[in-house]
Amino acid sequence: MFHRFANPARFSRIAARVLPWSAAATIALFVIGIYFALFASPADFQQGETVRIMYVHVPSAWISMACYTFIAVMSAVALIWKHPLADIAARSAAPLGAGFTLIVLITGSLWGKPTWGTWWVWDARLTSVLVLFFLYLGHIALTNAFDNPQRGARAAAVLALVGFVNIPIIKFSVNWWNTLHQPASVTRLDAPAIDPAILTPLLLMALAFTFYFLTMLLVRMRADLNATRARALRLSAAE
Amino acid sequence: MKRKHRRLMVVLTSLGLLGAAAALVLTAVEDSLVFFYTPSDLAERPTPPESLFRLGGLVEEGSVRKDGATTHFNVTDLQKTIPASFTGVLPDLFRPGQGVVAEGTLNPDGSFTATEVLAKHDETYMPKEVADALRESGQWRDESVAQ
Repeated sequence: MFHRFANPARFSRIAARVLPWSAAATIALFVIGIYFALFASPADFQQGETVRIMYVHVPSAWISMACYTFIAVMSAVALIWKHPLADIAARSAAPLGAGFTLIVLITGSLWGKPTWGTWWVWDARLTSVLVLFFLYLGHIALTNAFDNPQRGARAAAVLALVGFVNIPIIKFSVNWWNTLHQPASVTRLDAPAIDPAILTPLLLMALAFTFYFLTMLLVRMRADLNATRARALRLSAAE
Repeated sequence: MKRKHRRLMVVLTSLGLLGAAAALVLTAVEDSLVFFYTPSDLAERPTPPESLFRLGGLVEEGSVRKDGATTHFNVTDLQKTIPASFTGVLPDLFRPGQGVVAEGTLNPDGSFTATEVLAKHDETYMPKEVADALRESGQWRDESVAQ
């Protein structure tokens, strides 16, 4: 099953067919999501309008962690089974993850100032997300640090797997230690602590962000595959 | 096939060892990972006066008293309570029943002088109308435990 899609040519064909649909879904979800987030949802009883920052902050945070998990899995596949597509998936996802993590840090800071009274504190949640951002930057740097792209991919894959310890730390930091950041509102054992009127735009935006991430990932992977093929053609023409 | 299995074992073992190492390190440095101490924490591990630390809990209902630019309030975790005072501008969310994290020092008499006060937001989000309706019907739980 997995091997079928791991064939680069087949992947490119499937991606080309999926892309227009996922791009259309992204746009549609963003239109609906932003409408709900900015117009069709109430202000929070404590935070007021500031609550709307959450509709960007929380989906970005989810994606930034899911993206890192994806990179870690792809790195393991690349190291163990040596699938070339896994390396491409990992290095295509890393800049996206870095971007989403940066959005999380910036929007969190913008929310923190009016709510907590500070832009930044060194509590366990905020610090571990900053570490995630540095892991992404390290992954990108390491991928491009070698003349031989395969050595770069190997080094980056090891970093991605080592850095994966950080993901459970981010997730559970708010439960394990006293933090200024509040604990999870949605992913908890009992019912979400968010009113449905505020949860709806949040989930819509999360879906929009997910489709945006998947679309961009496919675009970047196809571009990477084409660049690799172009390089191979140039090399064979030069001989 | 054999090689793949060996690589799989190496990756799994390394990840297992790494996870265990991380868990041990985090347990060892737990004290510096907590962002604040609750009043109960302080009772368990006495803090010397003059040392700077963060105290977290709820602002006790009915304890807020303004004295010029200085605000007096009690920080409670519903088991232990510590009287605190702060001179300066408080964050907007500061109010009785709300979570608060204050940085400062403990005075010899057991009270706390804050140099910085941050409001702590809990994980509950709801529209104002819902909050009002809950208050009216008496289902409001202001005592949501400080994390």
